[in-house]
Amino acid sequence: MTDLGPLIPRNRAIHPDPYDPGYKTSVARSPNLPLLSMESTPSEETGPAFGHGTLGALDNNLILNWTKGAAPAVGERILMHGRVLDEMGRPVPNTLVEIWQANAGGRYRHKKDTYFAPLDPNFGGCGRTITDENGYYEFLTVRPGAYPWPNRANDWRPMHIHISVYGHSFGQRLITQMYFEGDPLIAHCPIAATIKDRSQLDRLVAPLDFSKSRPLDFLAYKFDIVLRGRRQTMFENKLEGM
Amino acid sequence: MVQKLDVLQETPSQTAGPYVHIGLMPTYAGNGGYYDEEIGTTPFIDESKARGEIIEIVGSVFDGTGWAMRDALIESWQCDAKGIFPGQDGADPSFAGHCRFAADAETGEFTLRTVKPGSYKGRGGVESAPHISLWVVARGINIGLNTRIYFEDEKNDDDPLLNRIEQRPRVNTLIAKKTDEGKYRFDIRLQGEGETVFLDI
Ligand SMILES: [Fe+2]
Repeated sequence: MTDLGPLIPRNRAIHPDPYDPGYKTSVARSPNLPLLSMESTPSEETGPAFGHGTLGALDNNLILNWTKGAAPAVGERILMHGRVLDEMGRPVPNTLVEIWQANAGGRYRHKKDTYFAPLDPNFGGCGRTITDENGYYEFLTVRPGAYPWPNRANDWRPMHIHISVYGHSFGQRLITQMYFEGDPLIAHCPIAATIKDRSQLDRLVAPLDFSKSRPLDFLAYKFDIVLRGRRQTMFENKLEGM
Repeated sequence: MVQKLDVLQETPSQTAGPYVHIGLMPTYAGNGGYYDEEIGTTPFIDESKARGEIIEIVGSVFDGTGWAMRDALIESWQCDAKGIFPGQDGADPSFAGHCRFAADAETGEFTLRTVKPGSYKGRGGVESAPHISLWVVARGINIGLNTRIYFEDEKNDDDPLLNRIEQRPRVNTLIAKKTDEGKYRFDIRLQGEGETVFLDI
């Protein structure tokens, strides 16, 4: 195997604070002690691969996949699209992207969600796809509604889509959320606010993208995702300590 | 002013939230049959042909109050019994190495059924003791937590990661206890007494 080099260490400053009293659940679910840092090893540099054979034809079409194509979901039709790249700007091809979201009324199809916005019988709320050779992915879905959640007395989540990405190594594994341009609730959300640097939070806000919007059919939002890269220099140690 | 770096920054993480299971484990979330083939339901491709010892690891993820979390979702990644990662030359064709599992909604206990991994040599020929990598996400976890399972019946003395842990009693937080033949217990404590060593690798 050729050595692609170690993973570039994670810059924790761009990520949310694990402990954030504004997001109450994080208080008892965040480590007190420092993380143990070291250079990546094969356990982090390798990772699972998923083939197109695993996926069904409608897996990236949330408007139709719950009913297996029988009837479309209710809501504002949107295309969510973008690229998966690494920190060196290289596309990440053939990687699994999974999303899940509330329906247009802000209700999840999950046994634990009891919000009184109704379930849409034609909407399941998840999708998955594999990036193409240039790292592109697309989902057709409906724009999720905002919803209230138990935190402070009157907290609401902005419209958002949850995204899970693998990359090619287990150390690149990432879950994040995509927000929508112009949503006034972003500025009030304690979960969005776990990211302390507003310019970093802005990187999770997808712009409206007319270049991919299809007339009389759907609007488009663009969301690029950057995963950790690998360090390659001419001076990597071949032997420990040499 | 200085030259501009032409590297990108990693996308910031956000919590997986309370409904992560609908996206990653639809059957667990009550949406069975959503996909023809669900991902990561087992690390085996064909358990009957997989080489090595088949083991079961049972445990819970405890929050800082000592409560066994009911909503934690865990992913595992590991090499096969010979220390070869799936996708590498010579890897066990019956073993995929990756599994998704969740705490039971009633008891808060998870079970991982897999093969016991072998040891492998990493960069510079340094040998790692057998271990399974874990990634834990849940509501309230703002960035996924990485840790590893080692085994008390393996030789862990020279492992390069365990040897970096300054406070030696904390090494035990990464070592699964053997409870029976092929059975192990591994608890994860997010915070406070006995806090698991989490990794930044
Ligand atoms: Fe959500």
